[in-house]
Amino acid sequence: MIRLQDLSLRAGDFRVRDVSLHVASGQYVALLGPNGSGKTLLINCLCGLIRAEAGTIHIDSRDVTHAEPRLRRIGYVPQDYGLFPHLSVARNVTFALRARGAKHARAMAQVGPIIETLHLGRLLGRSTVTLSGGERQKVVLARALAGWPKLLLLDEPVSALDAPTRDEVLVELRRVQREFAVTTIHVCHSIGEAKAVADRAAVMIDGRLVQTGPLAELIEHPAGPAVARLLRAGA
Amino acid sequence: MPTVAGPRAHAVSVLTIAFLVAFVAAVVALIAADVFYTHPAAMLEVLGSREVRFAIFLSLVTSAASLVLVIGFSIPVGYALSRYRFPGSAVLDAVVDLPIVLPPVVIGVSLLVFFRTWLGQFIESVPGLQFVYTPQGIVLCQFMVSASYGIRGAKSAFDGVDRRLEHLALTLGCTHGRAFRMVALPMARNGLAAAAVMAWARAVGVFGPLMIFAGTVRMKTEVMPTTIFLELSIGRIEPALAVAMLMLVIAMVALTLIHWLGSRNRWWGP
Repeated sequence: MIRLQDLSLRAGDFRVRDVSLHVASGQYVALLGPNGSGKTLLINCLCGLIRAEAGTIHIDSRDVTHAEPRLRRIGYVPQDYGLFPHLSVARNVTFALRARGAKHARAMAQVGPIIETLHLGRLLGRSTVTLSGGERQKVVLARALAGWPKLLLLDEPVSALDAPTRDEVLVELRRVQREFAVTTIHVCHSIGEAKAVADRAAVMIDGRLVQTGPLAELIEHPAGPAVARLLRAGA
Repeated sequence: MPTVAGPRAHAVSVLTIAFLVAFVAAVVALIAADVFYTHPAAMLEVLGSREVRFAIFLSLVTSAASLVLVIGFSIPVGYALSRYRFPGSAVLDAVVDLPIVLPPVVIGVSLLVFFRTWLGQFIESVPGLQFVYTPQGIVLCQFMVSASYGIRGAKSAFDGVDRRLEHLALTLGCTHGRAFRMVALPMARNGLAAAAVMAWARAVGVFGPLMIFAGTVRMKTEVMPTTIFLELSIGRIEPALAVAMLMLVIAMVALTLIHWLGSRNRWWGP
């Protein structure tokens, strides 16, 4: 269970204000909003990469508002994959376990189910720079899951992919999320992408969370013209 | 790289390549003059002499010691300059470059003056830490002259590592120290190695500060550049050139290594 209460933060002149959001355990929530609405900033704050100015972040009833990133048990998938180019696929996937002191061989044994679920076996010895977009997305997802996170944060995970690969990866994301039952927040621009994966959605505009609820409810009763425009544009 | 359609040779390409060839020809002419002046047999004889062998040995030992110090300082200092901004950091950044722009002889004078202050006298009073006119003084001179090159190279190497990857490592469970060890350091390794080679090559060639601070005593504080000076001062050009040729070979090997390390883009090792 994730609970954000009156969370405010700032980056330069831009502010995200008074964000309150509740995500139940195992739920898949889409965080929708136009460019520059503060979605990535909010995600970075949840990861602990930006300090919160006010408010609280609770993950499974534990207050992590001021906790270091490594202590938050969050799996983060950034927009541009963020794979480590100096490491093989296998070492990327086991990174979270090795970061906590596990030996590579032991870490490989622990991530076996993730590798199997995402069909990464044939890629393990490869360099990440030789992978296709879809393959990179799977590897970065496996890396984020390897630390057995309480919360998975996906920041526009399919924005760099072509349409067929995007659809394929979205199906895979939903399948993997269900299999591991991990609470997930998925940042995206379009309601179409949100519908493919999420149970609920939250809409951010100009640094404020303006509406949350089931997708059908958002489409039927948008909270104002800005939300209606956003949902129409991505339909 | 694909070439643009049209004539391969045009005014810009011809002119710039002509300048390149002219400069390289000047360097090659100097080297050729040295090579043709020295006779191989005489050169081997000079390189076999006791004094010259001592100078070569002392050069290698002191430059290796200063390299260890340079690496030990350059990695943390280069990382701090690359990653952190704080009041006065721009001034510190500029001070790091001072030894590059100062005439080397000024560093020698400054070292000599420093060791006449109460702090310098205190350091000299510690057993094993005598620097003035000693081989340790050679190491100190080499370090003071070459560290800036190492630090500048290390900073460039860390600048080339995307900081977001270190942030990602933090979200994956790393402490700041472990993120440095698992991400920044291995990703900067080629640049760091090139910086180390550059600093070492600079250290081997240090002369001005040594003259003033460590002296030019045969079989005590004599290194390769000192040998060249001592031999030339008594009119013996052949031995001076023999050592110069050896330094030329060292410089060529170092530069080749720097270019090779700098051009390697393949991060992922076997």
